[in-house]
Formats: sequence, C-alpha cells, structure tokens
Amino acid sequence: MIVRILGEGQWEVSEEQLTKLNELDGQVEAAVESGDEAAFAHTLTSLLDAVRSAGSVLPDESLEDSDLILPPADASLDEVRQLLSDDGLIPG
Amino acid sequence: MSLMKRISLIFRSKANRALDRAEDPRETLDYSYQRQRELLSKVRRGVADVATSRKRVELQATQLEQQSQKLHDQAQKALSMGREDLAREALTRKSALTGQIEDLKTQQAQLQGEEEKLTLASQRLQAKVESFRTRKETIKASYTAAEAQTRINEAFSGISEEMGDVGMAVQRAEDKTAQMQARAGAIDELIATGALDDASSVNQGDDISRELEAMSSQSDVEAELAALKAGSTSQPEALEPGDASTSAEAVEEPRKQEGPA
Repeated sequence: MIVRILGEGQWEVSEEQLTKLNELDGQVEAAVESGDEAAFAHTLTSLLDAVRSAGSVLPDESLEDSDLILPPADASLDEVRQLLSDDGLIPG
Repeated sequence: MSLMKRISLIFRSKANRALDRAEDPRETLDYSYQRQRELLSKVRRGVADVATSRKRVELQATQLEQQSQKLHDQAQKALSMGREDLAREALTRKSALTGQIEDLKTQQAQLQGEEEKLTLASQRLQAKVESFRTRKETIKASYTAAEAQTRINEAFSGISEEMGDVGMAVQRAEDKTAQMQARAGAIDELIATGALDDASSVNQGDDISRELEAMSSQSDVEAELAALKAGSTSQPEALEPGDASTSAEAVEEPRKQEGPA
C-alpha cells in the first residue's frame, strides 16, 4: 500500500500495518464529523506519525499513485472538509 | 469510507478526467510535461516569494529590537538624571513593542517552515518530472496509441497526484504569506511614520531623545562654566570630576558601545 501525506511525500506501508492505520484513520474521521478541532489535530498527528514510522519513504523520482492520501500535518478541519468536496482544494 | 481513501479517490478522479479529455493519449504526454514544467517554475517562484517575505519580517524584527534597546537605554539615562517620568514613558513604549516583536518572530518561524516545505516539494517534483520525461520518450518511441494507453495511465496518475499535491502546497503558502504581508505592511507604515522611530535616526527622532539631549547639553554647559569659574586649566580631564555632566556621560558612554550597531 502506498500512502501519501500531502505536502510531505509518499510511504510504502505493509498490509499488516494497515490495521493500525485504519483504526487511527477512523478516529480522525470521527473528529472531522463531530467538528472537534482539538481532537482532529491530535488524532491527525498520531495518524501521520504512524505512517512516517511504519512506512518506508518512496524515492523522489517514483511515479506511483497512492492508495491512500492524508491531509497535510497543519491542515485545519475546514481544509479537510474542502479536500473532501470534489471541487475543493485540489487544483487542476 | 475511510478519510484516507476518500481523499485519494478525489485525486484520482481529477486525474482520470484530465486523461479522458485527450484524443490520442500520447499527445497528453507532451501536454502534461509542459504543465509539469510550468508548475515547477511556479513552485520555485513560490519559494523565492516566501523567502522575500521572511526576510522582510526578519528586518522588521531587527528594527523593532533596536528600537526596544534604545528605549531601554533612554529609560536608564532618564533615571540617572532623576527623571522617573521620562523613564516610565520610555518603558511604556518599550513594552508596547515587546508583543509586536514576539508576533514577528512567530511569523518568521512560520515562513521559514513554509519555505523549507516548498523547497522539498520542488525537489520532489523536479525528480518526478525528470522521471516522467524519460518514461514519456520510451512510451512514444515503442508503443502504438492503443498499447501506450496503460503505460500512460500509470505515469500520468502518479505525476498528476504529485501535481495536485504541489499545487495545493503552493496555494497554501501563498495564502499564508499574503496574510503576513498585510500585517508586515502595517508595521512598515508604523516605522515609516516614525511612530516606532527607527533606531538609525538616533538623536534626531523622538521626544524622549530630544529632552534627554537638552538636559545633557544644559548640564555640559553648567559644568564647563563651573570649571572656568574655578579657574582650572581647561583640559578635558579637568571636566571629569564635574557633577551633573559626569553622571550623564558615565551612563551614556559604555552603553553606546554595547548598543546595537
């Protein structure tokens, strides 16, 4: 599985590690849905830390697309909501 | 569906839509490559813009710090001349600057962070653009349009995800920089109007300086007069044991040296 953290790069993560990441992802999602900014910042940090430590960085020149994409580390709740709307933050 | 999955699907659908618009998929390779080069220059400009803003904020922080030091010196001088009211005024102005200096330092750190992120983004994009160029040549040389399709899709979705990411990073950096530019403009204006008094114009600027100078030139005259009256030889050393002038000079001299250049 290839995971991208927006603004940082891509990591290759094994299937076994995915369970843990999915659990953390669920917590981020819950925080987004409840609109809890503090919980969101906290859970997103945990999720991104988990990806960075569990995964191995893909080389810069790799042209693989990612299976999973995560918001940037300093994203606000608002930005994530915009990311999730199709005509949101992604240019092009 | 998971958050990570949803975001990746949105990225992918954007890439697919761009690809669907093309007639001969091989043409999209050149077109995409051109857009990649454009984005690469845009990121590099972004890095330069953020650096300019950071330098501006740094310069302002230095100016305000000099001004703060100057007010501190003035307070000390005023106090040594027994003018507690002037000292209080100088310290009041100094404390107003402290918050602004803190604010500027926070902004400086944020801009530094943006600059580093964009620099890394531009390095990653450059490596990917280079790798795309190589793959594009291979695909164009060795495959028919039909055969090329799958390979193009692979290269294209990887690079377009990166372009979406980098495009977003540039946009975010621009937004942040614009907010700080507005605040920096306000501070520049304060410095320009003399409200914060630029430290480079020491001795011709603010009212506290003028009052302190008036007092010390007055006391210099008195001291010299006293020396003449005493009939002493008018060597400069002879002025040293004077009363009012010594206390003023004694505090002034060493501080001029330790003050900011």
